[in-house]
Amino acid sequence: MGEHPHHDDHHDHGRSNAHPGVRPDADESLTYYQVMEIALRELLIEKGVLSAEAVRRQVEKMDAWSPAQGARVVARAWTDPAFKAKLLELGNDALVDLGLERGLFKLVVIENTADLHNLVVCTLCSCYPRWLLGLPPDWYKSRNYRSRAVREPRAVLREFGLDLHDHVTVRVHDSNADMRYLVLPARPEGTEGWSEEQLAAIVTRDCMIGVAVPRAAS
Amino acid sequence: MIAASTAGVAARFRTGDRVTVRWADVPGHIRTPWYIRGRTGVIERLCGAYPNPEELAYARSGLPARPLYRVRFAQAAVWPDYAGSAADTLDVEIYEHWLEPA
Repeated sequence: MGEHPHHDDHHDHGRSNAHPGVRPDADESLTYYQVMEIALRELLIEKGVLSAEAVRRQVEKMDAWSPAQGARVVARAWTDPAFKAKLLELGNDALVDLGLERGLFKLVVIENTADLHNLVVCTLCSCYPRWLLGLPPDWYKSRNYRSRAVREPRAVLREFGLDLHDHVTVRVHDSNADMRYLVLPARPEGTEGWSEEQLAAIVTRDCMIGVAVPRAAS
Repeated sequence: MIAASTAGVAARFRTGDRVTVRWADVPGHIRTPWYIRGRTGVIERLCGAYPNPEELAYARSGLPARPLYRVRFAQAAVWPDYAGSAADTLDVEIYEHWLEPA
């Protein structure tokens, strides 16, 4: 590598197995908590409490959760007033009515209106309705988002491309303990007569966290 | 974990009560965010009763379960230089033993 920089066609295969231009892997050494997780997992498997297969299955299950579940909930709430009323009152029970997982945590659904915009953050860690939205995005777990969403939510929303008028109240929800929050966005104009499937397709993860609002056309 | 309901929870505060979050600097697994300690807000609702996370974190039962509230704060009362509408609010979940009548 580097001996004949102007003769790219003349590969010198005899001298090294290294691929030209290869960069070292970005693997870094394990953190304290990664070591602790591995040690605990190995111990649980060694002692027969869990199997490696059970751990893999659970990871697979968590990976299969996606914002499509939450979008179904929102689309139903937009089209069925009785469902919406139950969702706002007894969120977990309403999920069961839709054939979704009840969830291990109490669900609080918060409704956006023309005058009120809700935003969810967990300032302490990354609490999130995973069974409805999948795993949280990296930015949701970042210290930047966690500290600024409660301190200057309007500035954060502008960075996400959402510039709210002053007459819209911003209500931030710190998901810091046992509740899990799902934002019920306002149904956008121009969606009259749409099917639930069409409606669900415009409800994104970000809309249900509150950093975006759904639009009828992109 | 999920609590069945708020029925039967012996709660000290009611929706609408003004409360102040205790200011305390204590070690351990505390779910009361630092930024909200010492601030005054209004009980938005009782969420139910949950095992105390400060005990659960150390493999204790956390029982008896503690009433948990959502407390609503005016942003301007949390951050004196808050840039935004005076109507903007912040809801935080606070366990009863961190609250005092305001």
